[in-house]
Amino acid sequence: MSAADVSALQRPNDRLRRRRVVNRGMELLAWLAGALGVAILGVVVWSVAKRGASELNLDLLTKAPVPFAIGNVKQGLANAFVGSLVLVGLATAMALPFGILVAIYVNEFAPRAVRNGVGLVLDVLNGVPGIVVGIFVFGLVVVSHGQSAYAGAIALAVLMLPLVARATIEVLALVPNTLREASLALGVPRWRTTLGIVLPQTVGGIVTGTMLAVARVAGETAPLLFTCSLAGTSIDSNPGHALQTIPVAIFELSESADPADHARAWAAALVLLLFILFSSLTARWLAARSRRKLGRAT
Amino acid sequence: MSTLDATGEAARRPFPGRRVRTGDVLLQGVAGLAALGAVVLLGLIAYKIVDGARLSLSTFGLGFLTHVGWDPVHSRFGAGGFLFGTAVTSIGALLLATPLALGIALFLTELAPRWIRGPVTALVETLAAIPSVVIGLWGILVLGPVLHDHVMPALHSTLGFIPLFGPSTTGSTIFTAILVLTIMILPIVSSISRELFVGVPPELKEAALGLGTTRWEMVRGVVLPYTRGGVAAAMILGLGRAVGEAIAVAQVSGAFNNGISWNLFSSGNTLAAQIALEYQSAETNLDVSSLFYLGLILLVFSLVVNLLARVVVRRGARRQGVLAR
Repeated sequence: MSAADVSALQRPNDRLRRRRVVNRGMELLAWLAGALGVAILGVVVWSVAKRGASELNLDLLTKAPVPFAIGNVKQGLANAFVGSLVLVGLATAMALPFGILVAIYVNEFAPRAVRNGVGLVLDVLNGVPGIVVGIFVFGLVVVSHGQSAYAGAIALAVLMLPLVARATIEVLALVPNTLREASLALGVPRWRTTLGIVLPQTVGGIVTGTMLAVARVAGETAPLLFTCSLAGTSIDSNPGHALQTIPVAIFELSESADPADHARAWAAALVLLLFILFSSLTARWLAARSRRKLGRAT
Repeated sequence: MSTLDATGEAARRPFPGRRVRTGDVLLQGVAGLAALGAVVLLGLIAYKIVDGARLSLSTFGLGFLTHVGWDPVHSRFGAGGFLFGTAVTSIGALLLATPLALGIALFLTELAPRWIRGPVTALVETLAAIPSVVIGLWGILVLGPVLHDHVMPALHSTLGFIPLFGPSTTGSTIFTAILVLTIMILPIVSSISRELFVGVPPELKEAALGLGTTRWEMVRGVVLPYTRGGVAAAMILGLGRAVGEAIAVAQVSGAFNNGISWNLFSSGNTLAAQIALEYQSAETNLDVSSLFYLGLILLVFSLVVNLLARVVVRRGARRQGVLAR
């Protein structure tokens, strides 16, 4: 036994003290990590709010941008707001029924092996980077038909599909089997049981899942660069044309050297952020509420 | 319908006399088609990306992966510089985000007073909802200048002997990209880790504390080993996110540098950001095809990441099963 070991045995309190100091130190680091996590969110949101609020006015929402503007011309981003609405609306219209049907198949009809297989496919789809989805739709649609809001909406729908399907599968799995059995035992056909008894139970969950998916794709830029970015400056809602969108507008304005463009980028970012925070927090709240309700039913 | 057919069909039915319902067949058929559609969609994505990259694949072959430079004038393209930039930025972000995320998760599961847990969890996860273009805007206009004016000169003067911390010329650098990516993957790693830590059986933790360990020793001896597989999977998913992020990196990394530089305070570029930046300037067929090639690399990587995370989780679960028995 070395001298150091002996002295350690003779003074056990030293070791205990050291262990406590290490423990305190680690606890302190964890507290700091928690504080830093919240602080990062605070700093980003505060930066956007402070710079965006001063530029936020009615002109931004109602006026179109003026190309090559000279002097103090009132400029807005109304075209981008309209375009984002059109794109996200179209994407939701495509992804929502598709996703719900996939979820119904996976949860109500598929054998276990198929269920796992489709689950894996949804996970992989969810992991495909947005920019790759962008060039995929570029190759699929844009090469032959040119850029359009349809092309952009298809790209966004590809991103939404796994989100909507996953959320719907989750709530379908929460519906108690006794409901299905009771309905089937009364002689109700399987399809009416699924659509009339099981699906209505999950409406809340599907709505929250869709809101989260909308919040996610409303801010997506990467899939739109190759599919719906070469847009004009007039206010347009024809989905056959390439329409300007808020995220693409922010991206382009942030690359500009003109401080006035930066100011509009901040204002647009603030509007986008408010929309996303509002819808994701509402969705979270609704999800917690409906889960409590479903939990009580079982 | 002949008698033979009728009996044959009746035998296949579970209950004699029950009709085959058109509605059932229809719903199962339509829903099944949708599920098949999702599978076909993934296949179609892979096919279209490979198809688009074909010209570049046949022109450059695998040499594309190692060639450094992107030269539209001489039609000579290579992914080497972007692979390097992607590796440096995403690994750097993972190295910064993982300890921070584990700290947040431990804080939320072991230390924080109960009333703080819900709100802080929600706030950290809200970070994941902020669009990358907004984080990029913040990165280029707020974070970049601060780093250039204060942080990078300080790091250069104190740690300048390490080649990573060279002189800085602008706020848009690899280092800025690493920090922005750290912010973006932090909520992913921390929320998965938090869920894993919550799932550690309390009797294991109590047994350790009962033996007289401090809280940190309990975490190091019980919580971290128990969740090792899941945390590794969370890191892999975070890495996947960092590698695939195009917009924020395109905004903050300077991006006009297609070469290789070990100086974190110089500009750089990644695979995804390069695709995003070329959206207006890609002109020739070979140019566009090379962008598809970059996309193919990203697609393959995202597939590997997903499967790897699955394997790691499954192995971890098996080990936990053994432990529990």
